[in-house]
Amino acid sequence: MELIGNLVLQALQMIVVLALAPGLTGFVRKVKARLTRRQGAPVLQPYRDLWRLLQKEVVLAENASWLFRVSPYMIFAATWVAAALVPTFAIGLQFSWTADLIAIVALLGSARFFLALAGMDVGTSFGGIGASREMMIGAFAEPAMLLMVFTVALVAGSTQLSNVAAYLQSDAVGIRVSLGMALVALVIVALAENARIPVDNPATHLELTMVHEAMVLEYSGRHLAMIELAAMLKLLLYMALIGAIFVPFGIHAAGDGIVGLLKGVVYFLIKLAASAVLLATFETSIAKMRVFRVPDFLGAALMLGLLGTLLLFVSRSL
Amino acid sequence: MILAAVACVGLLFALSLAAALSPGVARASFLVYGASAALCIALGIVGFVSLAFPVGSAEMTLPIGLPWLGTHLRIDALAALFLLLLGTGGAAASVYAIGYGRHEAEPQRTLPFYPGFLGAMAVVLIADDAFTFLLSWEVMSLLSWALVLTHHRGEDARRASYIYLMMAGCGTMALLLAFGLMAGAEGGYGFAAIRANGHSPALAAAVLALMLLGTGSKAGLMPVHVWLPVAHPAAPSHVSALMSGVMTKVAVYGFVRVAFDLLGPLPWWISPVVIVAGAGTAVMGILFAILDTDSKRVLAWSTIENVGVIFAALGLALAFRASGMPGLAALAMTAALVHAMNHMLFKSLLFMVAGAVLVATGKRELDALGGLIHRMPVTAVLALIGVTAIAALPPLNGFVSEWLLFQSVLQSPQLPQPGLQFLVPAAGGILALTAALAAAAFVRFYGVIFLGRPREDAAANAVEADRWLLGAMAGLAILCVLAGVLPGFLIDLVGPAVEIATGAQIAPQGGNAWLTLVPLPEVKSSYSGFLVMIFVAISGGGTAWIVHRVASRGLRRGPAWDCGFPNAEPNTQYGAGSFAQPIRRAFGPVFAARETVVMPPPGDLSPARHEVETADLSWRHLYEPILGAVDAVTTRANDMQFLTIRRYLSLVFGTLILLLVGLAIWN
Repeated sequence: MELIGNLVLQALQMIVVLALAPGLTGFVRKVKARLTRRQGAPVLQPYRDLWRLLQKEVVLAENASWLFRVSPYMIFAATWVAAALVPTFAIGLQFSWTADLIAIVALLGSARFFLALAGMDVGTSFGGIGASREMMIGAFAEPAMLLMVFTVALVAGSTQLSNVAAYLQSDAVGIRVSLGMALVALVIVALAENARIPVDNPATHLELTMVHEAMVLEYSGRHLAMIELAAMLKLLLYMALIGAIFVPFGIHAAGDGIVGLLKGVVYFLIKLAASAVLLATFETSIAKMRVFRVPDFLGAALMLGLLGTLLLFVSRSL
Repeated sequence: MILAAVACVGLLFALSLAAALSPGVARASFLVYGASAALCIALGIVGFVSLAFPVGSAEMTLPIGLPWLGTHLRIDALAALFLLLLGTGGAAASVYAIGYGRHEAEPQRTLPFYPGFLGAMAVVLIADDAFTFLLSWEVMSLLSWALVLTHHRGEDARRASYIYLMMAGCGTMALLLAFGLMAGAEGGYGFAAIRANGHSPALAAAVLALMLLGTGSKAGLMPVHVWLPVAHPAAPSHVSALMSGVMTKVAVYGFVRVAFDLLGPLPWWISPVVIVAGAGTAVMGILFAILDTDSKRVLAWSTIENVGVIFAALGLALAFRASGMPGLAALAMTAALVHAMNHMLFKSLLFMVAGAVLVATGKRELDALGGLIHRMPVTAVLALIGVTAIAALPPLNGFVSEWLLFQSVLQSPQLPQPGLQFLVPAAGGILALTAALAAAAFVRFYGVIFLGRPREDAAANAVEADRWLLGAMAGLAILCVLAGVLPGFLIDLVGPAVEIATGAQIAPQGGNAWLTLVPLPEVKSSYSGFLVMIFVAISGGGTAWIVHRVASRGLRRGPAWDCGFPNAEPNTQYGAGSFAQPIRRAFGPVFAARETVVMPPPGDLSPARHEVETADLSWRHLYEPILGAVDAVTTRANDMQFLTIRRYLSLVFGTLILLLVGLAIWN
C-alpha cells in the first residue's frame, strides 16, 4: 500500500513537471512582453504551439540519418528523467535515490551531447556552429555547476538532492556566504544552460550569435516539439533546483499527509512564478553578450563555485 | 592458477618464435591472431578466477634468471585484476586483428612481435621480483617499439619510434634506479624482501619520483608524455588499441604495486604531487585532443587524459591512506581501478573504430571524412556507444568511475592537512572541466567522422567493416554497456585488489536494491545506472510510441533548410578545425595558439589564407633546453677525440687522482 502511494507520488511529479513546463515558458514570455509594454501571447500559447507542431508532418533533410530522428526522443527522455528526480513539491520520492545531483548534471550533459550530435548530422554550417558553441559553453558551465554541487554537498553532507533539501530546510543552516556564492554560480549556469540572455537569445533566428536555435534549425514537426518541450523542462528543472536548494520551504516530506502535499504544490507554484518574474526582469534589463565573452561570464561562476567551496574549508560555518 | 598463467605466457612467446621462423606459411596471420585470442581469453579467465575464487597455488619460482635469485612469479588480487584487463583487451584486439591483419601490406612485420608483446605484459603483471619485472618491462617496451615501426617507410613512424625508444629507455632507467633504491644495500630484489625493508620518507619520496617518471612515461603522464601521441597512432590499429588500452594500464599497475604495496606507508606530502600531475595531465590531454585533426592522435591524447584521471584518483588514495582513512582511500582506489578497466574497454573500442574507418577509407585525417553513419551503419552504432562512454555520460561505464572519483573528492574535508583541503576541490574542478571538455572532444570526433556529408570521395565510397572487426568492437561495446548498467558487480570484483593496495574495501555493491551504488552508506549519495537506463528507455520509447499513435507519423524528405541558403559544397560544413575554434580561443595560451590571416597584396588574385599554429609547450620549455644542453656538452666533448697520447695519459692520471681524493674525503 505504501509502495503504491510512493509510486503514485513519483508519477505525479513526472506529470506535474511535464504539464507545468510549457506554462512556465509561456509565463516568462508574457512577463517579458508586459515589461516591454507589449500585450504578448497568452500564457497558454506554448501548449498550442506544441500541439500544432506535434500534428504537422516532419520534413527531414535528405542527408539526415537515424540519429537525427532518434535524438529528439532521447534528449526529451533524459531531460524528463532528470526533471523527475529534482525535488519539486516533495522530497524522498520512490526513485529519488536513483541519481544524485552529479548524475542529474551528467544526464543533462547526455541530452546536450545528443543535441550537439544531431546538430552536426545534416551537415550544414549552422548546425556545426551551434554544436561547437554549445559544447564550448557546456565545457565551462558543467565544471561551474559541479563546484556549486561541491559547495552544497559540503554544507549538507550529501549529493543526494532529497537529503540536501531536507538538511537545508532544517534550522541548522541559516544564512551562509558560501551558499550565497553557490546561488550566484547556479543562476549564471542556469542562464547559460537554458540559452537565455545574455548568453544566447531564445527568441531569435538568423543571428550569427545564436547557439541553441542554430543546432535545431533543421528540425520540424514532432521532432521540434520534443526538443522544445525538453528545453522547457530544462528551464523548469533549473528553477526547481534553485528552489529546492536555496529556498527549500514548504516542500512535502514523507508523512506530512495530504495537506502537506497541497501545501508543497502551492509553494512550488509560488516559487516558479517568482523565479519566472525574476528571470524575465533580468532578461529585459540586460543585453546579449558576444559569444567569446561567454567564457568570462561562466568563468565568474566557476570562480564563485570554487570560492564557496574554499570558504567552507576556512570555516564550516561560513 | 599460476601454472596456467605461466603456460599461457610460454605459449605466447612460442607463438612469436614460430611466427618469426616460418614466414611463408599460408594463413599465418589467422593462426597467430586466433591463437593469441585464445591464449588471452585463457589469461583473462585465470585473472577472473584468481580474483573471484582464489584457489590453488598462486606462487612459483623458476630456476632461470639471476642465479642467486631465480624468477619469482605470483598472482595476487591486484595482479589478477590487471590480468583480467589484459586478457579482455588482448582477446578483443586479437579477434579484431584477424580481420584487420588482412589489410596489412607486410604482416610479417607485425606477427612475430604481437604475441610476445602480450606475453611480456603478462609477465610484468605476475612478476614477484625486481629483476623479472624490469626484464619483462623492457621486453614489453622493445616489442611494442618494433610494432610501432610496422609502417617503417613513413617518416612519421620512424620519428615516432625513435622518440619512443628514447623515452622508453629513460623510463626503464628510472625504474631501475627506483628498484635499486628499494632493494637497499643488501640487494634483496624479491618483492617480499623489498616489502619487508623499512623505507625512510626521503627514500620513499625519491622512489616515488622515479616511479612517476618511469611508469608515468609509459602511461603518458605529462610532461613525459611526448612519445605517446605520436607512437600510439603510428602502430597498426589493433596494436594502438593494445598500447592505449592495455599497456598504459600495465604502467598504472607498476605504479600501484610500488606506491601502495611495496613501499608501505608514505608521508602525506607525496600525494599532492601525484594529484597535481594527474589533474594537470587530464586537462592538458583533453585540450590537445580537441585540437588534433588526426583521428588516432585524438584518441592517443584522450588516453593521456584518462591516465591523468587515474593518477589523480591514485593521488587521492595516497592522501587518504597517509591520513589513516583506509575506507576513503579504498573509495578513491576503486575509482582508479574501475576507471582503468573502463578506459581499456572504451579506448580499445574507439581505436578499433578508427582502424575500421582507416580500412574503409584509407584516411586518418578528420577533415577527409564525414557521413560514414550512412556507409558504415553498424560501426557507427558501436562508435556511438564508445564516445558516449568515454565522454562520461550516464548510463554508460565512463560515468561510473567519474562519479566514484567525484564522491571521493567530496570527502576531502575530512583530510587533516589544510593544503590538501584546498588542493583537492580545485583538482575536482579541473576534473569536472576535463569531463566536460571530453564531451566536446568526442562530439567533434564522432560528428566529423560519422555525421554530416562526406568531405572526400574516399569517405563517400566507404564500405562496412568485416565481421571480425565488427565482432571485436561489438564485444567491447556490450561490455561498456554492462559495466555502466551493472557497475556494482565490477566494483565488487575490484574489491580484493583494492584491499591489497589500501588495506580496506568499500561496502559490497552487487546486492543493493535496484543495483544502486551507495559507496559510503553514511553519506547516502547514490546512483543507479540500471534505473537511469530503464527510465530513459521507457520514457523515450513510450513518448515516441504515443507521439506516433496520437499526433502524427507523417514524414517527408526534402533538401536541407540551413536558413534558406544550403550549399552543396561539403567543405561548408563545420570541420575539425572550425569545431575546435571556440575552445582554442578560450584556452589559447595553453597551446600557444597563433592565428594569422595571410592577405595577398593588392592586385594579386590568390585567396587569403587563415593559418593556425599550436604547439605543445612541454617541447619548448622542457625538451628543447635538455636537447640543447646535451648538444652543447657533446660538442665540447668532441674536442676530446683529437688529443695527443700525452694528454690522454695525463687525463687518465688526473681522473685517478680525483677519484682517490674523493674516496679519501668520503672515508
